[in-house]
Amino acid sequence: MYFDLTDEQQAIKSTARDFLAARYKSERIRELAESEHGFERSDWEEMAELGWPGLALPEEWGGQGLGVVELAVLFEELGYALAPTPLLSNTVAGLALATNGTEAQKERWLRPLAAGEARGTVALFDAGTPAAIGEFELEAVAAGDGIVLGGEKVLVMDAAEADFFLVATADGRRHLVEADADGVRVEPETSIDPTRRLYTLHLDGVQIGTEATLNGGQQDYLPVLWRACVAIAAESTGVAQRTMEMAVEYAKDRQQFGRPIGAYQAVSHRCAQMLLETENARSAVYGAAWAADADPDSLPLAASMAKAYASDAGWRVPDASIQVHGGIGFTWEHDLHFFLKRGKANAVTFGDARWHRERVADLVLAAAAEPVPA
Amino acid sequence: MDLSLSPSEQEFRDEVRTWLEENHPGPEPEGSLEEVMAFRREWQGRMHEAGWAGISWPKEYGGRGATLIEQAIFVGEAARQEAPSPANVLGLAMGGPVVIAHGSDEQKQRYLEPILTAEEIWCQGFSEPESGSDLASLKTKAVKDGDEWVVTGQKVWTTFAQYAKWCMLVARTDPDAPKHKGLTYFLMDMEQPGVEAKPLVQITGEGEFNEVFIEEARIPDANVVGGVGNGWTVAITTLMNERAGLAFGAIAQIANSLKRLGKLATETRVNGGTAADDPVFRQRIAQLNIEAETMRLNAYRGLTKTMQVGIPGPEGSLGKWQWADINQRITELALDIEGAYAVLDRGADHAVANGAWQYGFLRSRANSIEGGTTDILKNIIAERVLGLPRLR
Repeated sequence: MYFDLTDEQQAIKSTARDFLAARYKSERIRELAESEHGFERSDWEEMAELGWPGLALPEEWGGQGLGVVELAVLFEELGYALAPTPLLSNTVAGLALATNGTEAQKERWLRPLAAGEARGTVALFDAGTPAAIGEFELEAVAAGDGIVLGGEKVLVMDAAEADFFLVATADGRRHLVEADADGVRVEPETSIDPTRRLYTLHLDGVQIGTEATLNGGQQDYLPVLWRACVAIAAESTGVAQRTMEMAVEYAKDRQQFGRPIGAYQAVSHRCAQMLLETENARSAVYGAAWAADADPDSLPLAASMAKAYASDAGWRVPDASIQVHGGIGFTWEHDLHFFLKRGKANAVTFGDARWHRERVADLVLAAAAEPVPA
Repeated sequence: MDLSLSPSEQEFRDEVRTWLEENHPGPEPEGSLEEVMAFRREWQGRMHEAGWAGISWPKEYGGRGATLIEQAIFVGEAARQEAPSPANVLGLAMGGPVVIAHGSDEQKQRYLEPILTAEEIWCQGFSEPESGSDLASLKTKAVKDGDEWVVTGQKVWTTFAQYAKWCMLVARTDPDAPKHKGLTYFLMDMEQPGVEAKPLVQITGEGEFNEVFIEEARIPDANVVGGVGNGWTVAITTLMNERAGLAFGAIAQIANSLKRLGKLATETRVNGGTAADDPVFRQRIAQLNIEAETMRLNAYRGLTKTMQVGIPGPEGSLGKWQWADINQRITELALDIEGAYAVLDRGADHAVANGAWQYGFLRSRANSIEGGTTDILKNIIAERVLGLPRLR
């Protein structure tokens, strides 16, 4: 029993903290938030040199072969820095390929993805549907030697300049669609979070061969989803940590009625609540990350718990921080709103808190049938 | 990071599990407090014979010298199996550790063994009617008279006072010193004319706690622990021991409550189905399970940190706050699930689960008051963890 980062994990954390703090100062985040694609290629190349795109991907495909704990360490720091980067979507695409890709697909796409030379993202939800996990409507229509895809996928992260999409169809399968295929077009959407861009992917009679379909059905993508949930929940934990620190610093400095506002219990107790939620989120995240690496049977419950909790904490803590800041926290000029927006966007991505709590209820109520001591 | 038990920890867990399964006597008798105490004394005697009483105490003082993780395993397993409490909870968790940390050799010789055997029960005389959260303002005074101290004052919320031989008493020995400095920690003999314990009836109708009236009680000089004027420091050690020991028992107890809550939900009819099918109840059940899991994981993180640093940090306050909150909300949800039947208490023919949830609902109101109120814990977190300025 040892619930702390190892020296190696701590080193990943420090490297990420230093690198990201140097890259993403406030002015830079604002610049990127207003730029065309929301991130810059030169940053991506540096992250690739650090091995981040392939951090948790198998070594045989050029990844670093590290675990989900290490992935959580990195994503907590990405959230802390509010880094505008397509690393999340790329990681999810990489995990999906590593889990269910064919050897040929891995050779063609996973290897360059892990090296940061090609970038992928996932396209799951169909326009006009409730965008619920696993409920996809796009039909894979058989055509000649392959299939034809026609429809609109919404809420696709970081689609601009992506090299390929993993497109979900009603049968639960995923198909690798290259960005330069005929009939593929991406349109930017306006997200509340300008530091992570969303797009609509138009598929206009896109023809793909059988070799483009990945192995497995929806059930086989759940282990990918749980890992994605841990990563995004870790990011939300970083968002909570950073905004809690901002609130505490401000509460120490800001004077009203002749003393720092942090001396008033209405403020200090709000800060204590922020700490509680941040630490709870962190524990849930690393508990689930450890389960992903060492105890996969407990991962579905642990991941849903982590995602449900961090979904809430990830926006409530920034919101509480805005309240501690008062008027200045509500201005565009202050950075807090970017954190609130990322936290809220994360909360509804990869299943919202309600969806994950429903899964938790399923699992714990099934266990309620087990005997209870007299 | 490794959240599993090591082979040696697993071995220890199995040993504890087997011993408890074979030895713990099942639920406490439903009788008078006297019968319950006799039952607990008997149980503690059995624990002591097998070396499980005072497992955190060093071996040289009759304990097991268990590591923190082993203590956590034992307390957690005992709570999981719903083994009864030993009779001398406060002596084992606070009195013994304080004597070991601050007591003289003579005191160690005199007091430790009877704590382990439950021959002498201990109680804690800290809180006073005018000094609750602001403990250091306490007024009970002790005046030197030859080689004795004469003590007069009143204590309150004193668990087991009616059974106790020894009271861990903090009294003011120097009225002129600043309030934290003028206190001394005594071991007061409860069996003397100047000491009277009266039960306080609480909102559940029971009397777990007492008021203790002290009128010129006498304490020999030899019963000062940690030196005259050091009472605050000694008392703080006691409180830290209290908190560190409780966490893993509380976690297992919450896990049992959540299982019972799940069972209640699956057995209670609501809107043509059961409460376990109701989307609102499902969300609340899930949320409580999630928060209980974060509490469990926080405690393990805290344990790792304590093993690294040596002493439990102020973060323990988070766990106590969270425990009170979760425990209260579990009972609130249970009553909501029971619906109109939630009004029926213990003894009613149609009470659900014999009124267990009604009792739990009422008893848990104290969870955010006893052992440090939630409001004070938030102050501690704000000041000592976050470094926010003090209001005072």
